[in-house]
Parts: sequence; C-alpha cells; structure tokens
Amino acid sequence: MSIVSEARPACGEGLAPKTVVFESDRPLLTDGGGRIAPLAIAYETYGALNAARTNAILLCHALTGDQYAAGVHPVTGKPGWWEAMVGPGKPFDTDRYFLICSNVVGGCMGTTGPSSINPATGKAYGLDFPVVTIRDMVRAQAMLIDHFGIETLFCVAGGSMGGMQVLQWAASYPERVFSAMPIATAAKHTAQNIAFHEVGRQAVMADPDWRSGRYQEQGVRPEKGLAVARMSAHITYLSEAALQRKFGRKLQDRSAPTFSFDADFQVENYLRYQGLAFVERFDANSYLFVTRACDYFDLAADYGGSLAMAFKDTKTRFCVVSFTSDWLYPTSDSRAIVHALNAGGASVSFVEIESDKGHDAFLLHEPMFIATTRGFLDSAAAARGLAPNGNSK
Amino acid sequence: MNFTPAREAPEQSAQPLDQPRLDLAVIADMVAPGARVLDVGCGDGALLQLLAQKKGVDGRGVELSQRGVNECVAKGLSVIQGDADTDLADYPDDGFDYVILSQTLQATRRPRAALANMLRIGRRAIVSFPNFGYWRVRAQLAFTGRMPVTGHLVYHWHDTPNIHLCTIRDFVELVDQLGARIERGVALDRSGAPIRFNAPWWVWNLFGEQAVFLLERGGGQR
Repeated sequence: MSIVSEARPACGEGLAPKTVVFESDRPLLTDGGGRIAPLAIAYETYGALNAARTNAILLCHALTGDQYAAGVHPVTGKPGWWEAMVGPGKPFDTDRYFLICSNVVGGCMGTTGPSSINPATGKAYGLDFPVVTIRDMVRAQAMLIDHFGIETLFCVAGGSMGGMQVLQWAASYPERVFSAMPIATAAKHTAQNIAFHEVGRQAVMADPDWRSGRYQEQGVRPEKGLAVARMSAHITYLSEAALQRKFGRKLQDRSAPTFSFDADFQVENYLRYQGLAFVERFDANSYLFVTRACDYFDLAADYGGSLAMAFKDTKTRFCVVSFTSDWLYPTSDSRAIVHALNAGGASVSFVEIESDKGHDAFLLHEPMFIATTRGFLDSAAAARGLAPNGNSK
Repeated sequence: MNFTPAREAPEQSAQPLDQPRLDLAVIADMVAPGARVLDVGCGDGALLQLLAQKKGVDGRGVELSQRGVNECVAKGLSVIQGDADTDLADYPDDGFDYVILSQTLQATRRPRAALANMLRIGRRAIVSFPNFGYWRVRAQLAFTGRMPVTGHLVYHWHDTPNIHLCTIRDFVELVDQLGARIERGVALDRSGAPIRFNAPWWVWNLFGEQAVFLLERGGGQR
C-alpha cells in the first residue's frame, strides 16, 4: 500500500503514536469543496481483529472527545472517555471485539485539523482549513477502515456528535454497517443547538489572543475565550436536577457571600475549573471547526428532506438510545430517528434510559444503559455468527 | 402495555420458555414459521421470545412501558417504545406478515382504528382479549350490581386501563365491519387452555374467559 504510510503524526504535538497518513494522491475531498492532503488520522485500537475480520466495532467520539476511548489518556492522565463501556467483560468487550476509535478530521489529537501544517504555506492552517462536515469525518473514518482491510463493521457506535457519525455511516455505507448504536443524538441540529455553539465560537473569537485564528504563529493561545465556550457548553451537558443536587446554592469555601465577583458559589468554581481543564487539552480553532460540523448536520436534507429515505431498505440493525434528562438532544430527537427507521422498514430497538444526569449520562456508569448495550450487541453477534471469544463460528 | 395480569407477574419468574403461558402458546400456534411479526404491546417480550424459539420468526415489538422495552432490548429483542393508538400509523403497508395485539385491544383509545391499522401493516392480525360476555362477569354484574372484578379483569372501575371492553360477539361484529375474515377463533377457559369443542358463538361468548382470533385482511379492503 504505497498510498499509505504508518508514521509519526505530521501535525499536532506528536501525541499520537498510532497514525495513518494518506498522501496527496489520496486527498479527502470535503463537502464544502475543500481538499485535505496529506491527511493524518490518529487512532487507537483495543482487542484483536479475528481472522475473518468480522468483529470490528468503530467507536465515534463526541465533540471534544478523542481516540482514547479506554485506557489512560496521555494528556490528562485520566481514564478514556468511554471507560464505563469499553474493556474486558464490559459491553464493548475487548476480549470479544476489535474496537477502533479515531480522532475526527478537524480535531486536535493527531488527526489533521486547523492546527496542522498547511502544505501550501508551511504554517498552521488556522481558518484556512476547509470547513468539514459530519460526512467528511465519516469519509475519513472509512479510509481508515479500508486501511485495516475491514469490509463490514460489526457495529458503529457513539454518542452525541459520535451518534451523528453513526447515523451518517448507516446512511452513506449501509452495506458496511452490520449494526449501529446512535446514542443521545439527533439527525439534525436545531436552532437551539446552533445557538449554543455560536455562543461558544463567539467567545473564542472575542478573545484578543485568538488573533483571527493565527495565534499559533504568534505564540499565544485564546485560553480565556475557549474556557468560556467550554463553560457555557458544559451547562448544556448537565441537567438542572443534577446541577441542583451537586451544587444548589452552596458557597465555595466560605460561609457568606463576599459581595464581589469571586466564585462565591460552588457551581461557579466548578465551571471555571471545567473551563481551565479543557484548554489544557483542546485547540481553540478545532473547537470552531467541530462545532460547525455539528451545526451543518441535517441528514434528511441530503435525502430530499426525508429521513426515512436515508435508511431505505437498510439491513443494518439499529439500537437507538436516549436519556430522560438530556435536554441537548432530547428523546424527541431520538424518536424522530426511530420513526424514520420504522418507515424504512429497518430493524430497530429504541430505549429511553431513566437518568437525571443529563446529556453526559451516556458517558457515565448507567446500569440500564450497560444492560441494553450488552443485550443488543449479544443478539447482533449471534446474528453475525460471532462466538463469545470473538471468532467467526 | 401490561394492562391485564395475563402478561405480568407469572412470566417474570424462573423458566418462562419451558412452560409458556397457555394463551401465548395458542397465539404462537397460529403463526407460520419464519414469518415477519410485529407484537404490539409486547410487554417483557415473552411472546417474541417464544416465537423466535419455536417458530424462528423475525420479530419486532412495540411496548408502551419503558421498563418493558428495556427488558426486551436487554434480552436482545428488537423493541421500541411506542403507543398502539398513535404510533401504528407510522408503519408502512405490508411491513409484516402478522401483527399481534395480545391483551391490549381493550386498553386502546380507538380499538377500531388500531385493528384497521394492524390489518394494513400485516396481511394477518392476531388479537387476544378478555371476554366481557364470560358468565362470571355477567353474573357479578347481574347479582351484585357492581362492576365485575375477575381473574382477568383485576382492576376496579375507577382505576382500570381497560376502557373498551367487549364480548366475543362484539368483536366478531367489528371484524365484519372492517371487512376482515376470521381464519381461526379460539376461546380460552380459566386456565388459559383452549375450549376443545365446537360450539356456536354464543356458547363461547358465555364460557370463554378470553378469546384469540386470527384475522385475515378482507379482499375488499385495500
């Protein structure tokens, strides 16, 4: 395979030892008319691919996630983002399945994005990076799956923006997706979703250190703006009930208000911490690009306005999951997906999990969610002829 | 949609598949092997599991209670949360060979529309329901002057989800009105076993505690 070279990342901070680089003879042509070459895709894998290559699962990460779904994250030192679900004996069982998770195009953990070097200028792309879509992210993932020599994925699963990628996979490559789990997600971004993202982007752009996106060359980082973006977004990931239970009106290390703009309240302190922790690991321009990709997502629009047409005659087995207290992508969004799948005659299960933890519930230890995922994957594995050890029967 | 005890507690225990509930066995007997089946109000999935095991059907379920849905999906069944009154309209014509409504018809807001939708979605429909013409029901109303409460109708009048109870005769009349054909009809006794003798409808209407009907879409329809 001359078009592909295993290499250290050509971009980012050299964090991702597992990277595939597609050279300029295999560019990624984007929906917006852009061309990305070379394209580096940083990924992690867990478990082993069986001889028949039938046990591969692609995990799609959310907005600010990355390829480190399990194990220890090399930057934060914390567990991977889906530690609750991925590992030996867990629903995404590394003793049974071969799990692949790659950083999305436009990201900042080793896959080519706005902080990568633009071969045309020798400098970071910044805002010259092509605006990418969810479909572009999926195209890049398909290139990686081709690189592994995998014809059909046993499952594609992910939550939030990852769930959008799952839906796009099922629509774009129905014959390559045996089963699909779109979780806590939507088939399109609503005005409210776009509005929250725009607040975040404007916060980044209002930071004087953003420098029209050229901050890298000037040796600064728009940390304040990105932290504010994260703070506002973080509120949307939690439920009112969860915030109230965790913080209420409790004061931070003091017994009375200070009549100042200090972080008197615990919730203020918490959000400030979330903002600071985020800028340590995320690139501001990447944040602009990935939020934009979500905003442009409207799967039905690509199929004459009919979501059912996106899944017409699909053979893929679906399990749609929502959470009761998720107001970012509420159950009604999942129901719209289920209706479309039903109208298309698809095999679909739909579970709404009772949880007061808001949108983030899909990342947390939710026993009913774990049982659902296990049941769905087990039955799909039986239909796929996968033995409990992951081999083909 | 667990509206009657028939689909509740007993099935939760030890070995539901070794000894399936008798009325479920009657329904399963009516389904051709390998068929595509939609079970509306599938509860905890006992019938779908039975159909998969005994008949190798390609089964899907719709269930109102989220707890039931979660149990089904955890068992590996394809089930979605939904309502027979509102969600059947979303299903395409002829998507299934059989549409089953077990012990749920009497709890729908519009039984006639539900039945019509079932016969649109599938060529055949299987419906089971408690018979309000059962002699014990009649006797309770006649002699105590109060709304009947029996083994299959356990609720009091003020808390019952069963808002559209009917007798076997009523049901047969509705089937006629819809232009559907009764392919098979079975009345079940108190234990849920089929009444094993041929008798005119009025006998079944008196001695059947429940009934199960296999309907076929009429030629005049669609």
